[in-house]
Amino acid sequence: MTPPPERVKRTLVTGVIGSDTHIVGNRILSMALEDAGYHVVTLGALTPAEDFIKAAIETAADGIMVSSLYGQGELDCRGFRDLCVEAGLQDILLYVGGNLVVGKQDWGDVEQRFLKMGFDRAFPPGTRANEVIQLLDEDFSKRNSGVGAAGQ
Amino acid sequence: MSNPAALLIDFGSTYTKLRAVDLGDGTLLGAGQGPSTVTSDITLGMQTALDNLEERLGALPDFKYRLASSSAAGGLKMVTVGLVKELTAEAARLAALGAGARLVDTFSYTLTKRDIDSVTANEPDIILLAGGTDGGNSDVILHNAEMLAATELTCPFIVAGNRSVVDDVEIILRDAGKDVRVTDNVMPALGSLETEPARAAIRNVFIERIVHAKGLDRAHDFFDQLLMPTPAAVLEAAKLLSEGTQDREGFGPLLLVDIGGATTDVYSVADGEPTEGRILQQGLPEPYLKRTVEGDLGMRHNAGAIVETAGRNVVARHAGTTEDEIEALLEEISRDIDHLPGGANERAFDAALARSAIQIAVTRHAGTVEIVHTVNGPVAAQRGKDLSRVKTVIGTGGALVYGDTPASILSGCLYSGDEPASLRPRDPKQLLDKNYVLYAAGLLAEAEPEVAFDFALESLVPVNGMPGKEEEHELRITSG
Repeated sequence: MTPPPERVKRTLVTGVIGSDTHIVGNRILSMALEDAGYHVVTLGALTPAEDFIKAAIETAADGIMVSSLYGQGELDCRGFRDLCVEAGLQDILLYVGGNLVVGKQDWGDVEQRFLKMGFDRAFPPGTRANEVIQLLDEDFSKRNSGVGAAGQ
Repeated sequence: MSNPAALLIDFGSTYTKLRAVDLGDGTLLGAGQGPSTVTSDITLGMQTALDNLEERLGALPDFKYRLASSSAAGGLKMVTVGLVKELTAEAARLAALGAGARLVDTFSYTLTKRDIDSVTANEPDIILLAGGTDGGNSDVILHNAEMLAATELTCPFIVAGNRSVVDDVEIILRDAGKDVRVTDNVMPALGSLETEPARAAIRNVFIERIVHAKGLDRAHDFFDQLLMPTPAAVLEAAKLLSEGTQDREGFGPLLLVDIGGATTDVYSVADGEPTEGRILQQGLPEPYLKRTVEGDLGMRHNAGAIVETAGRNVVARHAGTTEDEIEALLEEISRDIDHLPGGANERAFDAALARSAIQIAVTRHAGTVEIVHTVNGPVAAQRGKDLSRVKTVIGTGGALVYGDTPASILSGCLYSGDEPASLRPRDPKQLLDKNYVLYAAGLLAEAEPEVAFDFALESLVPVNGMPGKEEEHELRITSG
């Protein structure tokens, strides 16, 4: 199956943020994104927020996919969008997913917190890769038609 | 009938140095030295050096090769430009250093009018323009090309950036009348370092353009080829000694330290992979052939900076003196930077300076390992090269070769419990280049690898087995 051409020219940066070594889920996601036709730049485990930004600049990435599985995601991701804005990446698509917080918390609350931080989407544990790919397609096509950029 | 010989010339910033090698058995036939006269008439210093050599040898042999390197006329002055400081800008910097350049400026992100003024004022010999991985960011390198195109700069440009736009970058510069060479991206994909093509391009431009531009070719009657900047020749020697040749077994991974009047250069030939258990590698991979230059650590031009960085108390302790005395000695050096150490206290101070310079320079060159605490327990994360298992360290430079206590000076490069994170060599064999021949071996490496290897080997002695005082004076050939 040939991937849709609009995916082929998109670059996504993936990695596990902070002092987190849980690489497996992130690797599965990266492989699925690549199979779907995206150009994927993998940063792997233990990636500081700044390194996502630097990689995105150098590769002219269209989106950053942040994984966090050890419960410290909220701390690590604070100010992530601000860093992007500071680096001239104000329009970059930001996704975050994994075990983002400690303990049993209502997913709706957690999602809202990450959206408020400037992430375009947040995903709970157990999300399937094809669900992510479908939403990427939607978000990118919205941007192409100018809907996402409205008001900027 | 004597064996054919090779003449190996270094047009240094202070001296014109010669080494004559017997191509039959790789022994040093003799050395000659003259002043550096590049700024007036390069042939004068060369002739003096040749006369000096002839005097020592009785008669000059037939030279099958006459090869030269140069660090005169300010060295190979380069400016590098990249995008992100830690990524393509760093890759460009490493490529230029590996080619033996003296970096006068390094830039990241978009060049401003101010940056351009600084570039122009520095009068670089070559500008290396990088930025963007292949298919990555193209705006910045295009902007920077436009900015550079609008200048009066006449130096050659080497473009080693995002493959997708190198054609456009080339056109922008060429249309402005610039000399442009395009080579492979120094970072084709994020985190992959490809500095060899840029290094080769720099070397070609050096031979084709720079030798002439600097007036070095006025001495062309004296040499067949001026091959490379001197630091590149030293790096070639390090590579040769590490890898060996078809018939000579090499030393394996090695570290080489060259301590000079203005800078301290460190070279490593090693992949630098983690040597212990499960260690995560972070940051940019580093080149197998790596050279770093510490412009703030020179024995004469910035002795004060060495003392400041190492700590006055540390230098005083190593020199066996007081901090006040250190202050007085520093003042003396700043009054006369050509001053060579005379009295015992001056010599001890020089040794302490050299030891500190080496320690700081090798610490900056080597990688680090630190323990990161995660919810799964501690994890070791390495940045840069692990040189802890490097088996050979070679020291060169006047302060080491002619100092009273080379073993103590060179020990500055070793692993220390005070800085457990620094991956410096733990238990290497320590050697000195007693005849100061490494540049010469590097020059000869391509044409006669076996002879060059034996020639370098002959000069290497264990750091504790240096010749005695009188013999040393015979060998005294000052560094440039």
